[in-house]
Amino acid sequence: MTSTHDPDAPASAPPPHVRGREHPADPAPADSAAAAPAQPQPPAPGSASQRLLRRVPHHRLAAPSAALVGFMAVFTLVGGWQLAWWAGALVTFALLVWLAQTGQEVVPRRHLRAYERGLATLFPLLLLAGWELLAGTGALSARWFPPPSDIAVAVWELSVEPETGGTSLLGRPWRLPELIGELGLAGALGAIVEESHVLATLGRVFIGFVLGLAPGIVVGALMGANRTVRIMLDNVMSAFYVLPKIAIFPIVMLLFANPFGEGPIITVVAVSAFFFVAFNTMAGVQGVDRIFLDVGANYGANRLQMFRHVIIPGALPVIFAGFRIALGAALIVVVAVEFVRADQGVGHLTIYYWEVLSPPRMYAGLFTTMALGVLLTFGLLAVEKRVMPWRRNRGDDDLPTG
Amino acid sequence: MSEAHGARRHDPHQGSPAAEPAPKIVADRLHKRFPAAGEPVVALEELSLTVAEGELVSVVGPSGCGKTTFLRLLAGLEEPTSGSLAIRASDDGAQRPQNAVVFQEYGIFPWKTVLQNVAFGLQMRGVARREREEQAQAWVERVGLARFAGAYPHELSGGMKQRVSIARALANDPEVLLMDEPLGALDAQTRTVMQEEILDLWERDQKTVVYITHSIDEAVFLSDRVVVMTAHPGRKKAEHAIDLPRPRRWEQTGGADFAALRLQIWSDLEDEVKRTMAGQA
Repeated sequence: MTSTHDPDAPASAPPPHVRGREHPADPAPADSAAAAPAQPQPPAPGSASQRLLRRVPHHRLAAPSAALVGFMAVFTLVGGWQLAWWAGALVTFALLVWLAQTGQEVVPRRHLRAYERGLATLFPLLLLAGWELLAGTGALSARWFPPPSDIAVAVWELSVEPETGGTSLLGRPWRLPELIGELGLAGALGAIVEESHVLATLGRVFIGFVLGLAPGIVVGALMGANRTVRIMLDNVMSAFYVLPKIAIFPIVMLLFANPFGEGPIITVVAVSAFFFVAFNTMAGVQGVDRIFLDVGANYGANRLQMFRHVIIPGALPVIFAGFRIALGAALIVVVAVEFVRADQGVGHLTIYYWEVLSPPRMYAGLFTTMALGVLLTFGLLAVEKRVMPWRRNRGDDDLPTG
Repeated sequence: MSEAHGARRHDPHQGSPAAEPAPKIVADRLHKRFPAAGEPVVALEELSLTVAEGELVSVVGPSGCGKTTFLRLLAGLEEPTSGSLAIRASDDGAQRPQNAVVFQEYGIFPWKTVLQNVAFGLQMRGVARREREEQAQAWVERVGLARFAGAYPHELSGGMKQRVSIARALANDPEVLLMDEPLGALDAQTRTVMQEEILDLWERDQKTVVYITHSIDEAVFLSDRVVVMTAHPGRKKAEHAIDLPRPRRWEQTGGADFAALRLQIWSDLEDEVKRTMAGQA
């Protein structure tokens, strides 16, 4: 990819490979270092525009790669990882940034997007690989920070065989065909949900979120549109907004016939989502550009039409920003509640395997939680695109429209 | 539709505007005060103006002279502190909204397509979906945006956005069209094109138009009459009849008669602009 001739690529920077050779402790591998002297850079001829048109100096990658490999070799040889792995990680990161940035300058413009996407995917994988290595060499305590391969195994085990309590990570949904034979469709789905940590958590997040969302929009829109309502509710709402919702869990438990059932958890999630959605809806409604209200009034919109055609669509970007915060908060609340009061769910899974000292399975719970968060955010973004088609292909910003 | 109105078309060359039977807009000694800390701000004082059916009247004045306030009073977006304001309904019996405003920053909804934006007024009046979309489509085509009927505003240029805004106002078929510096945000070339387009639309549609602008050239080029306002508080300083032949073309703006009118208006306006600038310094 980097060898393609591309006159568009910026090439005005001085060739950095010279600095690679200056590196004293540089046992540069033959492949990259040999390429550099073979292609001596001619002294910059003529004008800047001529220099811009010069061939892409892809060998510029030699210097950072050599530095990276060299550093890693030397640092490993002197036992630096065991001494101060964090210092090694810091330098490695800096060298990686140098390499990646040089790559960015060298890569043909038409491949730039693919390059950046690759970088965004590869770096996390590299982190996992680094973790694997550090844990494998003993630089990182494998007991408390088990290598990702162990965690992957734990995820696999938790998925395929039920634990002693009869639960599994996903509820083994592949059993569905045979379960339908035994229990019918509803029964089969019920059995899977009953076994699954992920579905238990997802269900709590989703139901609580939806239950909090609807009243949040109504109260927020009222507060945004009506000054009196806003003045009356502002202090009360602000006070509750800052209260960590998990703190009301004990009192919520009292309100339910079965304090250990799903009711209290879902209620706390709903309450937490409510405040985020309400506050953002209020801000969104207040932020609707005055001119749109003038247009609505001038064209004779009644109050309902004003909400439906002007205020709500105008506030939607901010409302959706609220949804995103609320969803994240819902996940936090559910995991926290599952830590203390649940027999099922990714939070319960995490805390349980911490208590029985099985770190790989604990990490399996953590990673599953992360995956759920990412999944929910993607789902919400997809909904956002459907609900706000006018913000598609905008590509520039996430700011509300003016 | 335009043929039917043709007979009623006001022509400044066949008799003076004052000879028109019943004026379309009568503003009588309008006052507008805004409450403020300390002294209330007087935005308009003793402003009287009559506009004949089918007339295009421009209002020019230094910034902050209350011309936008005057338009907002006409639009019903503000209530006058005192004075009276009447817009006479057409005598053809058709149900029409009293006015429609073309705003300076367009005010077209980013969340509606071009067609939905143009159909907005009709939708608010409860016109059935198919009918309003047909009418809106016709207007979208008339302002040359047929290809963009399904596009969202962020895909349009400034000039196109203002065309949408004008089409939205005209599709609503108002008694009077109120334009508040509609071309203020456009670059000079687009402005020139849009001025000609506005003239075309107006000459075909015979709407009564009140046009707010800070550009003397624009006012002279478009109007039958130009009203000059004073600064702080806003009062009517002078009126100039623009008896240039129609249809007008931009090439004429270089002519001697055009230049003379421009000079006349500027001599009225100059003091006011200087007073405003002195007040700000």
